[in-house]
Amino acid sequence: MGVDNPLGDNIIITCLDKVVNYARKSSIWPMTFGLACCAIEMMATGASSHDLDRFGIIFRASPRQSDCIIIAGTVTRKMLPIIQNVYDQMPEPKWVVAMGACACSGGVFDTYSVVQGVDEALPVDVYIPGCPPRPEALLYGLMKLQDKIWNEKNSFGSTIGLGDRIDPTVA
Amino acid sequence: MAENNRAVVKLREKFATSIIDVVEFRGEVTVTVKREDIIPVLSFLKQSLQFNLLTDETAVDYLGKKEDRFMMVYQLYSIPNKDCIRIKTPVPEADCRIQSATQVWRTANWLEREVYDLFGITFDNHPDLRRILMTPDWEGHPLRKDYPLQGPGREPYKGRLS
Repeated sequence: MGVDNPLGDNIIITCLDKVVNYARKSSIWPMTFGLACCAIEMMATGASSHDLDRFGIIFRASPRQSDCIIIAGTVTRKMLPIIQNVYDQMPEPKWVVAMGACACSGGVFDTYSVVQGVDEALPVDVYIPGCPPRPEALLYGLMKLQDKIWNEKNSFGSTIGLGDRIDPTVA
Repeated sequence: MAENNRAVVKLREKFATSIIDVVEFRGEVTVTVKREDIIPVLSFLKQSLQFNLLTDETAVDYLGKKEDRFMMVYQLYSIPNKDCIRIKTPVPEADCRIQSATQVWRTANWLEREVYDLFGITFDNHPDLRRILMTPDWEGHPLRKDYPLQGPGREPYKGRLS
């Protein structure tokens, strides 16, 4: 009676992009990289009371195993080449989260020695305001990043060399 | 008050012509000496008066406030005598250099690199005069009063527009 179900009950039909996106958004592995007081808040978010692990977010101590970098703190002009070096070592696909006022815009440090927003050098996906942002804010930002990853197009095609990943949020 | 200070009495005896000024403010004794005699004065303070610790060495920019633009400041401490003294010496902008104190205290090495980096004062006979805080290719000396706060390449902040 009703719909014929020849594949049984344990089969889900979806598209390959969604499979890849699901895997990527459920295992964001950020680089262990803190620059200032935001890093303390980032560590608190990773600790047991907020527990980033429940999102599949596990800090990795090597850029070669990471697919996300959380710029947690003030980026000085002297530090910028080092951040770029770390970012360049991360394998594709990779995402950047600017955490806190300093990483977003330079914050209160409107001076010669501070980069006025890390987006001068890296393509930032999520900006999290706050000085420093509370763990809830960081969690919300990372959930926004998950939403962004989930909505990407051609995720599978780009891995087998067919064109580029398409981010529908970028016009 | 400052005239009774043990170190000041000794300095007045030995370097009568080098001393420009002696000031005491709230128990802190400051002796200003001529730039040419800075190394003999510092050596004497270390060797004879046991000021064996150079706590800090820095500079001040008196742009438009004094005839000699810069003032080198040496904060000394005597561990055996538990005594402090501050030595200053003016450095003119036209001839912006001074003898290095590394030959007296080796800790002056990095302190003088910092002064060189941020104020642009050159230290003669310094073993390794490089920038220490800013990047090696940095242009200008940021702690000078005429250095723009937001850097040379940027429009200065003009306050909130709304």
